[in-house]
Amino acid sequence: MNFEDIKKGVVQLIKKAETELPDDVIKSLKNAYKVEEGVAKAQIDAILKNIDLAKESGRPMCQDTGIQTFFVEVGVDFPHISKLKDLIVDAVKKATMEVPLRPNTVDPFTCENHKDNTGEHIPYITWDFVDGSDVFITSLPKGGGSENMSKLGMLKPGVGIEGVKDFVVDEMIKAAGNPCPPTVVGIGIGGGADLALKLGKRSLLRPVGVRNKDKTIAAMEEELIKRINDSGIGPMGLGGKTTVLDVHIEVAHRHPASLPVGIAVQCWADRRARMVIHSDGSWEVE
Amino acid sequence: MEYHLDLPVGSDVIKKLRVGDIVYVSGMIFTARDEAHHMMLEKDKKDIPFDPSEMALYHCGPLMKETKDGWEVVSAGPTTSSRMEIFEDKFIERFGINIIIGKGGMGERTEKALQKYICVYTSYTGGAGALAADKVEDVPAVYWLDELGMPEAVWIFEVKEFGPLVVSMDSHGGSIYRDLKKG
Repeated sequence: MNFEDIKKGVVQLIKKAETELPDDVIKSLKNAYKVEEGVAKAQIDAILKNIDLAKESGRPMCQDTGIQTFFVEVGVDFPHISKLKDLIVDAVKKATMEVPLRPNTVDPFTCENHKDNTGEHIPYITWDFVDGSDVFITSLPKGGGSENMSKLGMLKPGVGIEGVKDFVVDEMIKAAGNPCPPTVVGIGIGGGADLALKLGKRSLLRPVGVRNKDKTIAAMEEELIKRINDSGIGPMGLGGKTTVLDVHIEVAHRHPASLPVGIAVQCWADRRARMVIHSDGSWEVE
Repeated sequence: MEYHLDLPVGSDVIKKLRVGDIVYVSGMIFTARDEAHHMMLEKDKKDIPFDPSEMALYHCGPLMKETKDGWEVVSAGPTTSSRMEIFEDKFIERFGINIIIGKGGMGERTEKALQKYICVYTSYTGGAGALAADKVEDVPAVYWLDELGMPEAVWIFEVKEFGPLVVSMDSHGGSIYRDLKKG
């Protein structure tokens, strides 16, 4: 198996995520352009021009190329599972030089920067196992400005789902222009503290405009979109109709004494790209 | 109103700018994030190797690429300004800043300093890194790159028609952000 070639594939995956937005996000931003006016429209206009320019010139759309974050679904019959982690880490180093990416990983104590976007636990990789022999890797580079607006609420179960909604709306109003709206908001409800946040982040993998399959949850997503957009925060917090492009909710069963709510915020640069690696080593960036 | 300004500009020009105006700037700007603010405030003014009062202050941690001819901007949108709130009033006073470019807005201390020292805060579209890089014509200098690293170093950019910047906090006490918070 040609591991160098697979590494090239992962570099291409990272480059795609950093330089091209998925069609569902662009479509949603174009809709926002139609409904906005004045300063808000000017912001969306700059965003759309920026997206085109980044794609044409092959340069990262945002200088904050993020913490390299990957969700990997490993087919249990893939023959070289043990090689995958090193492949991804090496690809991150290579992409840092080649794309290039901003060196974003610093030691929390010494502030030392490895200058290659790796370090303890970074790149951050979530592993899942699936049937079959293919490996699917989703790249989700996560910027600092939006990540800083993440929230965990350990609510009292007595406040119920209405309390969850109020918590999310209040937090997004407090975040205002900081996470680079219009954002995509991922919400995890239930589980425990860590699982709620994880579900929130994982829900960002869902394309913009796709609702949760559960009708009750889908209705809650729609209600939250409306309530947050009614706040008038608007693109970049300068006022307008579009504060969020979408709200995604995922749930887990919870302890009867706990009602954890994790909020993961993604800026308008809702960067996502996916690739598949087949068992013979061939790959495609989708 | 829309303004196209050649930097530096005087207080008379800054006073004309009102919340909601659109501005494009040409001339020299310098980048500074938290660590650069902190470091520059600790230093003697005579040890600052450039004149900040001649430039606009840009809250930005750019993605740069070194070439054989020097440095090239790859992507350089604004960073979140609220992190600099704890330094900014002193920074404006000490270095005679009169145009700040950032994103997300700033707090009460900066709002007061903008009025006292006749300065404006303008918002550039967050994440518009490729678009911003396209308006940078030259990178004449970088300071403290080894100590601070690429995002935190102070980069001097020569820009042309850099914008659109929205005047979101003016020198008369106006603030788009405060008005929106009040609902």
